[in-house]
Amino acid sequence: MSYDCIVVGAGHNGLVCATLLGRAGKKVLVVEAAEQVGGSAITREFHPGFRVSAGAHLFYAMPNSLLRDLKLEHYGLQWAARAMRTTVLQLDKGPLSLAVGVADEETPGLGGSEGLALASYQAKLQRFAKALVPMLAAIPPRLGTEDWSNRLKFLKLAWQVRKLGRHDMREFLRIIGMNVYDLLQENFSSSAVKGALAFDAVLGTNFGPRSPGSVLTLLHRMAGLQATGQNAIAQPQGGMGAVSEALAKAAQGAGVSIKTGLAVQKILVDQDRTSGVQLQSGEKIGAKSVISNADPKTTFLTLLGTEYLDTEFVRRVQHIRTQGLAAKIHLALNSAPCFTQISAESLAGRLIISPSMEYLEKAFNHSKYGEYSTAPAIEITVPTINDPALASRGHVLSGVVQYAPYALKGGWENQRQRFMETVIDTLEAYAPGLRKSIVGAELLTPVDIEREFRMTGGHWHHGELAFDQFMMVRPVPGAGQYRTPMPGLFLCGAGSHPGGGVAGLAGRNAALQVVAEDS
Amino acid sequence: MGAGHNGLVAACYLARAGLKVMVLERNSYIGGAAVSRKLYEDFTYSNCSYVCSLLRPEIIRALELPKFGLQIIPYEGGCTFMQGGGHLALYDNHDALRREISRHSKRDAESYDRYSRDVMRQCKFIKPLLMRTPPDPTSFKPRDIQELLYLGKHFHALGEQRMYDTLRFWTMSAADFLDEYFESEIVKAHFAGSSIIGTALGPRSPGTAYVLLHHYMGDIDDTVGAWGFARGGMGSISNALGASFQASGGTIRSTAPVAKILVKSGRTTGVQLEDGEEICAPLVISNLDVRRTFLETMSADDLPDEFITQVKNFKIRGSSGKLNIALDALPSFPAIPVGAPCIRGDMHVTDTLEMMERAYDDWKDGRWSRSPYIDMLIPSQIDPTMVPDGKHYMSVFVQYCPYELAEGAWTADKRQAFGNTVINTIAEHSPNFKDLILHAEIRTPWDIENEVGLTEGNIFQGELTMDQLLFNRPIPGFAQYRAPVKGMYMCGSSTHPGGGVMGAPGANAAREVLRDLGKT
Amino acid sequence: MLSQTSVPHFQQPLLKTPFHERARALSQVDSFVAWSGYTTVDVFTTVEQEYFAIRNAATLYDLTPMVKYRIAGIDAIAYLNHLVTRDVTKLKPNRVMYCVWCNDAGHLIDDGTLFRLGSNEYRLCTADRQIDWLLASAIGFEVQITEVTDEIAALALQGPTSYAVLKALGLTDIGKLKPFELDSFLLTGVPVTISRTAFTGDLGYELWVSPDAALGVWDNLMAAGRSRGIRAVGSKALNIARLEAGFISPHVDFISAEHTVRVGTERSPLELGLGWLVDFDKGHFTGRRALLAEKVRGPKRQLVGLEIVGNKPAHNALLYSDVKGRALIGNVTSATWSPTLKRNIALAMIDAPYFSTGISLWAEIYLNRELQWQRRMSRAEVVLRPFYAPQRRRATPPADF
Repeated sequence: MSYDCIVVGAGHNGLVCATLLGRAGKKVLVVEAAEQVGGSAITREFHPGFRVSAGAHLFYAMPNSLLRDLKLEHYGLQWAARAMRTTVLQLDKGPLSLAVGVADEETPGLGGSEGLALASYQAKLQRFAKALVPMLAAIPPRLGTEDWSNRLKFLKLAWQVRKLGRHDMREFLRIIGMNVYDLLQENFSSSAVKGALAFDAVLGTNFGPRSPGSVLTLLHRMAGLQATGQNAIAQPQGGMGAVSEALAKAAQGAGVSIKTGLAVQKILVDQDRTSGVQLQSGEKIGAKSVISNADPKTTFLTLLGTEYLDTEFVRRVQHIRTQGLAAKIHLALNSAPCFTQISAESLAGRLIISPSMEYLEKAFNHSKYGEYSTAPAIEITVPTINDPALASRGHVLSGVVQYAPYALKGGWENQRQRFMETVIDTLEAYAPGLRKSIVGAELLTPVDIEREFRMTGGHWHHGELAFDQFMMVRPVPGAGQYRTPMPGLFLCGAGSHPGGGVAGLAGRNAALQVVAEDS
Repeated sequence: MGAGHNGLVAACYLARAGLKVMVLERNSYIGGAAVSRKLYEDFTYSNCSYVCSLLRPEIIRALELPKFGLQIIPYEGGCTFMQGGGHLALYDNHDALRREISRHSKRDAESYDRYSRDVMRQCKFIKPLLMRTPPDPTSFKPRDIQELLYLGKHFHALGEQRMYDTLRFWTMSAADFLDEYFESEIVKAHFAGSSIIGTALGPRSPGTAYVLLHHYMGDIDDTVGAWGFARGGMGSISNALGASFQASGGTIRSTAPVAKILVKSGRTTGVQLEDGEEICAPLVISNLDVRRTFLETMSADDLPDEFITQVKNFKIRGSSGKLNIALDALPSFPAIPVGAPCIRGDMHVTDTLEMMERAYDDWKDGRWSRSPYIDMLIPSQIDPTMVPDGKHYMSVFVQYCPYELAEGAWTADKRQAFGNTVINTIAEHSPNFKDLILHAEIRTPWDIENEVGLTEGNIFQGELTMDQLLFNRPIPGFAQYRAPVKGMYMCGSSTHPGGGVMGAPGANAAREVLRDLGKT
Repeated sequence: MLSQTSVPHFQQPLLKTPFHERARALSQVDSFVAWSGYTTVDVFTTVEQEYFAIRNAATLYDLTPMVKYRIAGIDAIAYLNHLVTRDVTKLKPNRVMYCVWCNDAGHLIDDGTLFRLGSNEYRLCTADRQIDWLLASAIGFEVQITEVTDEIAALALQGPTSYAVLKALGLTDIGKLKPFELDSFLLTGVPVTISRTAFTGDLGYELWVSPDAALGVWDNLMAAGRSRGIRAVGSKALNIARLEAGFISPHVDFISAEHTVRVGTERSPLELGLGWLVDFDKGHFTGRRALLAEKVRGPKRQLVGLEIVGNKPAHNALLYSDVKGRALIGNVTSATWSPTLKRNIALAMIDAPYFSTGISLWAEIYLNRELQWQRRMSRAEVVLRPFYAPQRRRATPPADF
């Protein structure tokens, strides 16, 4: 059996890529090592009767155009909630609610001037994020080539920034390299507001608010949100697994074959060209192109093998920073958690524990030395509020916890339980009585995430999102346009531009590149 | 305004171009932060800046500084002491250095060549940019477009792979950068030092790899002994500049603090001194940092509101302290083998990146580092003119020390406690050190601000972070040395290319002034 | 192990080779130079005397500083094949291969000789230290790489009478050793590995011994060679010989891509005229894709042999296509007057399309006439390398002079 294209890994990017290739008339096979499709966008049981989005748990980055193009709603994707609010939990006073992207002078708990500052800050960052949207969506141009189409791409990207107007452009070029701490200090006085706004900048990164580059990660996230068309976070009915299932159906609708439970052992090479894959069973499947949804380190160092790559390239791949620092907590509860003074609307949304930038920075400090945060920052959802079917009874709490470094001193095996207690204690402080309502719990450290979702380092972006791993140098120079040094081998995962977060863009761009190569 | 080295450099160039130039200095001595001062008996302290590496050769040549008495004495190497004994030294001789590093890691001894190659490549790339005026990327003026094209071409000339390397280098953290070369902690820690000196960032903060370069720039001009001491202390540089300036017909007035820059209908007309005297001049060039210039010596009415906000947002953070110590004799350092020349260079006590990063964490919390990064030198070993016979002077630069303590204002007791922390840290590596101390001047960022006038005591007149470099330095739209008021210019380290005793901002500002006068 | 004095490295950075004592005693002009961290002799007596001994008698040259690596492990062949541009699978045990290795861009990092000592054991001798590159290249391969430079003393015995010298020491089987072959021998009771390899383009051997036995081997060779005109030679004389043989020298004819700071100063093996070392059919190796593209494109420049009119070596000469010196087309990298050929020869890097054999061009030579400097445009012609390749270098058994 031989195919035009084999996609290794049925993560969301792999499925998007496969669908578009299928639609372009290619004969496509997707092979997935796990028993279900979705990669880290899956819904699974973690305690008898309780299901949760085990990896990514919110939907905030897939461009609306792509969503419509793939007809995911046609293929069964439904929304349990759209336009979810973000609420910042506070210990001593009532929570602070911030609707993303909406100027909120009226936000309760904010003084008038702070509200105004928030409005103009949000408006400014939204404009900048908008300039980034096409940059994130495009295939990054190469540097230093004589090729005019490449130069044109550059000019187009530069134009996005120039279009902001002189005043905004200057401000954009200034803040893009800044840290979010300084940016927020310039704009706000309330530490709760700053804590809340800083959280999104460091979520899923090895940054604290004071790390330069954290404005980029913030804008990256905001641009993703804007591209969704809703400018808001959504929760799919049935968890993130439902997105993957819809994607799989869309792929099958495009004639793609999807095989699960088949792990690829090797990418095959013939005459310095990719010729297919070999499964762990030993079976070989031929294909003209192989598109890897696996992270770049796995793809190059394990699946392809260094014998087919040049030394400097291998050295660069080895140096990709892939160590994750976010853990996932899943709690099965016999009743809804009682966060202090929380409104029903807020509880149905996204809750954040990040009381101040100092709190976040201190939490980050630990991770620099291979320790977990003793007072972690947490992004919480209670998905069963919007989607009761996820639990046969009671409720589910799903949280992203920072910071939990991959390379924990002393290893995770002995410390997982202790960290879980720390996380639950932190939650308990904001939701008294929570601990008593727990009937089951699971903590996924980056090491567990690496194991379960087969991503090196357990980093949900497959590699740190930072300037030196951004755009044409993501994942490494020489593989920045989804192509790799090995002809016929492509990357389509989060390790490539523009990174993770269930955006599907890497998958889409990889498909464009495969098609372009063939024509 | 301000007889710091950049002010003097600018003044020299302008005087040589035939302008009638007066330099006004608040203190009774010139030099700003490049001074030699006798604060204890016959000891000369370079009590702020302490080594010479960055001073541009173009400037030395154009202003004939050797003729006016400047002597730079090169020193060799440097070292880092390890906790519990042991050390890593740096030597100029390549083979000695390889054998030295290979005591810690054979591989690192050879990776060092690749490291220096890559750092040199970046130095070569940036060198021509130092003495150029950054273009305004938002402007459509022919000059800006031309300069942008130059930058583009200069970048493009690197070729694809090196362009990526450069892109990454400018945005990486020093720790990540060093991880791509070295395996041994001590080697990484030694090299990381220069990435944090004067900077309110830790070695793991993105953007610090570039700062590392800032301290290597001195090595690039193919001159032997790029790192050296000015004979007689750093004040000798200022004195040579002053002499060169006066020889060109310029006038220096010290103890003449400027109270206010005078502005009439959008144009400077001169300055008013604190004693009320007014000095008229069509052009005023400020060597003070931008905050001091615009917030303290200008009236807010004379400046656009947004500009003032941007000046307030310009980050100038105090993060460094300094100790100047008079010693009865040369202290012993048991970790260093007898006769090793490395103690004539810069000595350090931080042997892991973690220590350095933790030192930074202390600063973030508003206290001085409990285990600080120290850059200490004993210049009297090769310049005995600084001390009485047989005695020694030690300059100790300390990172990190906050401008304001979390627990309240600096007091004499707290300053002493900070000094003790540093002295105790050194004493861990030198058993007789404490007994030899005759006098110690302890300077916190607060003291440096008060004496020298640098806001928060920041040695670069502003952080060297991505948002404050090139066309962003000091303020986007005002990176070409001109202030928003006609006739008013900036020439301090707040402007491109930043701090260190380099002189480039002063030379660049002078060039822009002359350009406006149609003299170039 | 080397007997190093206790002088610390910061006072005496250079190491002494096991032959240093003898070299010091024979040195008449005290001309030593640093080579890979060792101090070695540049000239013992006069360059001319030493050179003529290489071509007409026998010579000893201390090549201990040559950096040596032991490469072993089950992936050793795969690793080496991925490292160097030649097909290592063709190298049989007890054979030696000259090879080069490149970076990703196909630019030369270094050249060296690869000795196959066993089925999975090799020794790589290089000009510069390479551990950084060798280990980076080893990612994904099961292979152990150890530097063994100071564990092996190396001595080159070169010249037409070198075979006779070894035979005089009782090595009767040495006559069977073919070029690029190596074997183990007992030299007056001392185990010695001898390879028939040379950097002189002449008959010659390289001897590899334990450092403890080094002085004894030196003394025995000197004694046995007395009647064959043996003498110790330094790097300067050797440099003339290697240039006659047409061999390139690192730091002189090319700079390793691991050391270049400027853009465009790297060199590919195709540019250096080493295309014959690049095997595109053997499978992947570092730089293959870049070199293939370069081959298709055609090299921008090439290292060629030049023969220049006159007898003044064209050191550092710039080369022009016209006598007026308007069109610069390259420069000389190494030059010498060849005392054997009585010709003025050079290696030069020349831009396309001027590097074809037979093309004539102009060299700008500066002559020092008793401190009176003169500039001369000398006609030069691109000629085939090697300039000198005597039959005797290949004859097996060699002639017994």
